[in-house]
Amino acid sequence: MTYPDWWKLIFGRFTLEAIPYHEPILIGTFAAVALGGLALVALVTRYKLWGYLWHEWFTSVDHKKIGIMYMILGVIMLLRGFADALMMRGQQAIAFAGNEGYLPPHHYDQIFTAHGVIMIFFVAMPFVTGLMNYVVPLQIGARDVAFPFLNNFSFWMTVGGAVLVMMSLFVGEFAKVGWLAYPPLSGAAYSPGVGMDYYLWALQIAGVGTTLSGVNLIATIVKMRAPGMDMMKMPVFTWTSLCTNVLIVATFPILAATLALLTLDRYVGTNFFTNDLGGNPMMYVNLIWIWGHPEVYILILPIFGVYSEVASTFCGKRLFGYASMVYATVVITILSYLVWLHHFFTMGSGASVNSFFGITTMIISIPTGAKIFNWLFTMYRGRIRFELPMLWLLAFMITFVIGGMTGVMLAVPPADFILHNSLFLIAHFHNVIIGGVVFGVFAGIAYWFPKAFGFKLDKFWGLLSFWFWVIGFYVAFMPLYILGLMGVTRRLSRFEDPSLQIWFVIAAVGAVLIALGILCFIIQIAVSIVRREPLRDTTGDPWDGRTLEWSTSSPPPAYNFAFTPIVHDLDAWADMKKRGYRRPLGGFKPIHMPRNTGAGVIIAGLATICGFALIWYIWWLAALTFVGVVATAIAHSFNYDRDFHIPADAVVREEEARSRQLGRA
Amino acid sequence: MAKAKAQAQAAGVPTFYVTEDEHEHSGGSTMLGFWLYLMSDCLIFAVLFATYGVLGRNYAAGPSGADLFDLRLVAVNTAMLLFSSITYGFAMLAMDKGKQALMQRWLLITGLFGLAFLAIELYEFAHLIREGATPMRSAFLSSFFTLVGTHGLHVTFGLIWLTVLMVQVSKRGLIEANRRRLLCLSMFWHFLDVIWIGVFTFVYLMGVLK
Amino acid sequence: MSGSQSHVDPHAEQHGAHGDDHAPHGSLRGYVTGFLLSVVLTAIPFWLVMNDVLGNATLTAIVIMAFAAVQIVVHMVYFLHMNGRSEGGWNMMGLIFTIVIVVIVLAGSLWVMYHLNTNMMPDMHKM
Repeated sequence: MTYPDWWKLIFGRFTLEAIPYHEPILIGTFAAVALGGLALVALVTRYKLWGYLWHEWFTSVDHKKIGIMYMILGVIMLLRGFADALMMRGQQAIAFAGNEGYLPPHHYDQIFTAHGVIMIFFVAMPFVTGLMNYVVPLQIGARDVAFPFLNNFSFWMTVGGAVLVMMSLFVGEFAKVGWLAYPPLSGAAYSPGVGMDYYLWALQIAGVGTTLSGVNLIATIVKMRAPGMDMMKMPVFTWTSLCTNVLIVATFPILAATLALLTLDRYVGTNFFTNDLGGNPMMYVNLIWIWGHPEVYILILPIFGVYSEVASTFCGKRLFGYASMVYATVVITILSYLVWLHHFFTMGSGASVNSFFGITTMIISIPTGAKIFNWLFTMYRGRIRFELPMLWLLAFMITFVIGGMTGVMLAVPPADFILHNSLFLIAHFHNVIIGGVVFGVFAGIAYWFPKAFGFKLDKFWGLLSFWFWVIGFYVAFMPLYILGLMGVTRRLSRFEDPSLQIWFVIAAVGAVLIALGILCFIIQIAVSIVRREPLRDTTGDPWDGRTLEWSTSSPPPAYNFAFTPIVHDLDAWADMKKRGYRRPLGGFKPIHMPRNTGAGVIIAGLATICGFALIWYIWWLAALTFVGVVATAIAHSFNYDRDFHIPADAVVREEEARSRQLGRA
Repeated sequence: MAKAKAQAQAAGVPTFYVTEDEHEHSGGSTMLGFWLYLMSDCLIFAVLFATYGVLGRNYAAGPSGADLFDLRLVAVNTAMLLFSSITYGFAMLAMDKGKQALMQRWLLITGLFGLAFLAIELYEFAHLIREGATPMRSAFLSSFFTLVGTHGLHVTFGLIWLTVLMVQVSKRGLIEANRRRLLCLSMFWHFLDVIWIGVFTFVYLMGVLK
Repeated sequence: MSGSQSHVDPHAEQHGAHGDDHAPHGSLRGYVTGFLLSVVLTAIPFWLVMNDVLGNATLTAIVIMAFAAVQIVVHMVYFLHMNGRSEGGWNMMGLIFTIVIVVIVLAGSLWVMYHLNTNMMPDMHKM
């Protein structure tokens, strides 16, 4: 079907054929999503929750609510990203010796791209940002972040990016180029469709949010610590969050600029990364990895902080080697900028460049190793309580060390020439990301869930989820190490050699085990909500915690602390408990708080529509929404009335309720 | 203050919370936050400079910097930006003294210099494109237009911001929030100067060297 | 240094919330000095290049880059009022970190790409 000019003027390059009616998998998914969505909308409407959601959540500038929303986003996107993983494992387990499998190549290529993009940008990043958002202000004794409105805006920009990626499922297609979209494959000549443009604009929009939330959290940690909390009295999680956000602010602009150059290549016809007229695709690879390597430390550093908090809490003693932990984190922050070339040893640099980056890569494993010893020595002679977070820590320590060692193998350039782009590499980075980041996120969720919601998570289902995840991980990824050593490369959708099939079948079984782990996690949350009364935490301090977030109620009041705490020692709350702290019962004053605003939702929504319009070449809509973004931002700047006071009697009521709760405990 | 008191009591049971409510200004972190944003912007330019550094000699048998750049024009343009810097400085001095009308006048002059800078840059771009030296012609020209254009885009946003702030000051006067915003724009404006030093040295002057 | 005119709160870190009252300001003398210095530091490189004074491209390049470096410092000090004390030293810390990263990005990219070119695309230099 050809479309008239007026159609192109209004709808750009969108055509009715762009809706994938002919893909049964996608239609099925769409039907499920649409039905689920409709049911949700109906329920929300039925119980008249729209106003509540809008006023209490969507427009909220409360760092706690924004943190929880980040975590929910992460869980939703985890389901999508893991569905992709299951489909890939299924395809690779059956597509042997003439069997085509059930995924055609163009679909398979979109799936592995979407899996990588979603898992890094829309699962790991929201989880990490969510934890930092929720915990950091509480740990430093602050009432909110430095820029509460910006925080809300950042969140909705991240959602905007996620929405675009999800839309690509049902409107058009997603990129077929791998998660980092190397040109020339990702250039206009070889990827003319909308898939690459979905990729570019989704990451660009989400990246704005990430960068701003980085600025926000640095300013919060630097300026809003409670009196007495000097740098070396900051909790380790706050320290690692600080370093992570420094990395975010210093790397996401590099990603933004690099993607912008590729966008110019695709939209304007410039020659940065083309093969013609002096362009150089290898420059893209160089630039994207200057962002890409620090990015993995952005993910793992805050998680190291989670493990540190968990280790000292559940061993009932101070973290071993606090200072060395801090210095190791700072060293990793800087060194992470000096190793990027190890992602493309094989691209043709000479011995001097390759050996420089090989050596820096091996050096960066030293501070990481130091941390492992710190956790080990924290456990040594501690009174270890094997609660869920502690179990995740133990599983992490074993798994991560294996992943770290295969990483050092890959850091040796001659070995990398054999292992590059093989399934060995895939096994390695899943080993450190699942064994490090994902386990840590689950540890963090189990650890801080009672703080956020006022009741603990059910332990039985948590244990099931834990064991499915850990065993599933080993079953799924150890075969990939073996296959990689045999020389099987990544991103293949079908194979010739039937002797390889057994390993892929084992890996698929592992993926199913992990799926059960995710299922148990969701059941765990549901069961915990149902059984919340027996699981209730009335003390605010269910784990005998050591840092300030445990000194307030669970869940904390909107203002976090009725009085700003004064810090005298590392592990401030443990110190307060030891030295006879008494909770203040009177003298409450009005508390100054930021006001909720819808501007963030509106600006991010307009930016997302603008991105969609640019993807489909709907220029009028792109121009309109862009002007809308600028105009709304300017209009918002004319609003000077951005905060209010919680009246003293409201604080009194809140604190009295807490006193009664404590009395009952 | 609270800290000193706390230390004094550290002998017995110390104070664990601030009793007199420390009344907090909102916006106390704005200057630091904005500085951090500028640092992140710096890295966008670092990528563009690096790209120019790597691709800037790939002329693809097309024109080179020596063929294209008119240094007299660049000198005039640089002068515009330098003048706008000192006039913004004068505006800040007027703000410190609370002279709103004088400050608005200096801001207006700053804006005019900024506009002149943009006009000259657009004239230069139009001239290059008319001669066939388009951003699509070679990797050198792609990276040239992107680097210089991104700086120009920043100046454009600076001008929009300047206009908005002038309206806000005329409506609300030199209240604390407006002063803070003017200081942020001041940093932004001078930061663009610093980037321009890199641009005229690295792109234009070194571009015409043989 | 002109920074000495700006008064600095010794408790800037604890009382960060009040920091904006003490944001560094310039003085007339500071701005004029900075302006005159930057005019000179801009004019000399233009003169060197436009009139080919030194007669040697490499030498000229090194000299004008040195001038640019000095001028950037001048702008930082006189216009952006950088000193080691604003925001309790965090501004300076941020700046130093950024400079380190910028140097890594620039020098690293040039080094890496030059190496790739010499090893993989020897023709690039003839283009």
